[in-house]
Amino acid sequence: MAIAARKTKTGAPAKAAAKTPAKSASKGAAKTLSNVPTFNKEEELHAYREMLLIRRFEEKAGQMYGMGLIGGFCHLYIGQEAVVIGMQMASKEGDQVITGYRDHGHMLACGMESRGVMAELTGRRGGYSHGKGGSMHMFSREKNFYGGHGIVGAQVSLGAGLGFANWYRQDGRVSMAYFGDGAANQGQVYESFNMAELWKLPVVFVIENNRYAMGTSVNRASAQTDFSKRGVSFGIPGEQVDGMDVRAVREAASRAIEHARSGKGPYILEMQTYRYRGHSMSDPAKYRSKDEVQRMREEHDPIEQVRARLTREHKVGEDELKAIDAKVREIVNDAAEFATHDPEPDPSELYTDILLEPARA
Amino acid sequence: MPIDILMPALSPTMEQGKLAKWLKAEGDKIKAGDIIAEIETDKATMEVEAVDEGVLAKILIADGTDNVAVNTPIAVIAADGEDVSAAASGAAKAAPAPQAAEAPAPAAPAEAPAAPAPAPAAAAAAAASVPAQAKSYDASSEFPAGAEIVSMTVREALRDAMAEEMRRDADVFVMGEEVAEYQGAYKVTQGLLQEFGARRVIDTPITEHGFAGIGVGAALTGLKPIVEFMTFNFAMQAIDHIINSAAKTLYMSGGQMGCPIVFRGPNGAAARVGAQHSHDYAAWYSNVPGLKVVMPYSASDAKGLLKSAIRDPNPIIFLENEILYGRSFDVPKGDDFTIPIGKAKVVRPGSDVTIVSFGIGMNYALGAAEALAKEGIEAEVIDLRTIRPMDIETVVASVQKTNRCVAVEEGFPQSGVTAEIGMKIMEAAFDYLDAPVARVTGKDVPMPYAANLEKLALPNIGEVVAAAKAVCYR
Repeated sequence: MAIAARKTKTGAPAKAAAKTPAKSASKGAAKTLSNVPTFNKEEELHAYREMLLIRRFEEKAGQMYGMGLIGGFCHLYIGQEAVVIGMQMASKEGDQVITGYRDHGHMLACGMESRGVMAELTGRRGGYSHGKGGSMHMFSREKNFYGGHGIVGAQVSLGAGLGFANWYRQDGRVSMAYFGDGAANQGQVYESFNMAELWKLPVVFVIENNRYAMGTSVNRASAQTDFSKRGVSFGIPGEQVDGMDVRAVREAASRAIEHARSGKGPYILEMQTYRYRGHSMSDPAKYRSKDEVQRMREEHDPIEQVRARLTREHKVGEDELKAIDAKVREIVNDAAEFATHDPEPDPSELYTDILLEPARA
Repeated sequence: MPIDILMPALSPTMEQGKLAKWLKAEGDKIKAGDIIAEIETDKATMEVEAVDEGVLAKILIADGTDNVAVNTPIAVIAADGEDVSAAASGAAKAAPAPQAAEAPAPAAPAEAPAAPAPAPAAAAAAAASVPAQAKSYDASSEFPAGAEIVSMTVREALRDAMAEEMRRDADVFVMGEEVAEYQGAYKVTQGLLQEFGARRVIDTPITEHGFAGIGVGAALTGLKPIVEFMTFNFAMQAIDHIINSAAKTLYMSGGQMGCPIVFRGPNGAAARVGAQHSHDYAAWYSNVPGLKVVMPYSASDAKGLLKSAIRDPNPIIFLENEILYGRSFDVPKGDDFTIPIGKAKVVRPGSDVTIVSFGIGMNYALGAAEALAKEGIEAEVIDLRTIRPMDIETVVASVQKTNRCVAVEEGFPQSGVTAEIGMKIMEAAFDYLDAPVARVTGKDVPMPYAANLEKLALPNIGEVVAAAKAVCYR
């Protein structure tokens, strides 16, 4: 398991995340599966490219925030890339994704255009919400991305509702509802767990445990820090997953999605991950040590892990990797360029999209 | 002393019921706790348990009698040692039944009151403060030509609206507490489970926040949920999803993601249910862009507007009223009858003063208009029907004619719907006013329990009459 135990500056000991291997996730009991599967070269390259796109995109967003081009709140996903990419590698066309406000990575992973996402961050008319949503509120019906929600925990009930729609229509889709370790303490999460299991809704609850709910470490906010156990009283199976290893994520995701798709109801995946940046752009992150962040970056970076395997095991040359890097930078630079020069929304847009016109009877 | 068994009130708003069945016969011995009869309210069939012991001397109200007013003696028990035949004959000249409307409404327990305790004058049940349906409400101008007209309750009209729309569109479903197997806490969803099955009529756990969010999530995919709240008081648990998730998503998504959902249920004061079950939320929801807020009074509007709400692609707050559920009105038959959202209705023409209200407030508005007519003041009465978007044009057109306006609501005064009506009239028709707009509202207090205090907290016809006279300078 990736995340090493250490003491934070606040004195709260971070729990050792290392787990002994378990054979299977039994119903209602949290288990870890650590016999990490291998990726073939194509899978490694895919994961590398996708994660790198998120990383470079977020770095650029951070830079543009500093330049005043992006306003308000801006929550970066840097460090957590393996979670959403591994999940998407296990999902099928038509499966839905919903998350909270740290959502840029999820949108890119769903196949939404970098230009549209970045232009939304800058509040321009070419943004996914035409500049009316901002960093926290983007949607794409086409890509089955349902937001982009700013109220902590709301996406869990809404995500169960997406699963409900799949159950109602019997269309074989699965909904993936992402939320953080902070949101995991909200009451509606458990209301949703209860109904999801009661009605056997096809939904996977993905708890992205990045160890800090804004500035409050998991140990200071959670009586039960093993989030995979949060569904035990409802009979929802759960697993702790090394969320820094994209292979482990995909493996667990496959199991969880298959469980949900086959009519067995919801599944909980606790993704043990880490965010390198502050909670938002204005967070100096004084609640943890620089050393802690540095060690995560050096020892557990999700992208570097893949890059090392590509070089070492798949004999991918530095030139090929550099070409991928260049391609990704080109996409991100193009998005930034577009988002910088795209016009702001027309003032008349202030009063549009409030209500839909009813169809004529 | 022989003991009278009185017709019990079995719900906060029950004024009368049907004596469905006697389970004991004259001459039977009765022990406390025995089930002696079954009574049908408009919501359920309830068992009546004996409190007193003795012999059932005389049955005063036969099996199958409809419309038995609360507190009417229904039988007489001869206590142990008493002469049964004397008790029975004494009962024959039993005092006339007290007026139902003045009867105290004991809370739910199904018990026969032991003795006809004199109803305290102040204990006029809240129902008494609400006049019976005003005769002057005539909605027929909007009925389809040639349509057969039937009398039905608001409750039945709401049920029919849902059933018709569920037949029309497989994406429409109902979810909420007790909507399926129990047939609705207020019987509004009666029969829907039997017709549409458990996938489309879904009993939820008591988790408003969670199931409102699930409803909204389903609506974002294009399904058309009808989310019933047992009362809108409980929707406070869910208001985040109503406002942040349902109302704002279309705008935040740049028009991509609509939320076709109806949140419905009883709203406002019922009778004697206290501050936490009596709040009127019309003003709250009407404050929010992205929502439509509908609050019908009559059964035909309830049906026509609920059908429009279910067909509407936007989130709709549909505010019902428990006291109105049992009221009957004329309703046209036919699946195609709808009433457009956002259109007020002049329900009584008049030239001297405009009285505008909505929902149960129409009781006071119409009652006042009738009283004013006797004094030579002809009030024009407008039923707003939709609070948001507000059809102020209809109100303004009336005020331009009458030059006077009284706005009436049961909700609180500050930042209330009537405050908004007054401001809108000032913006649009200030030069037409011969007097400041007046308002009659619920008082600025949490709803009290005591019958007399509750009556004082609510508006009444007298206040509306006084306000109308004041703006007419009479």
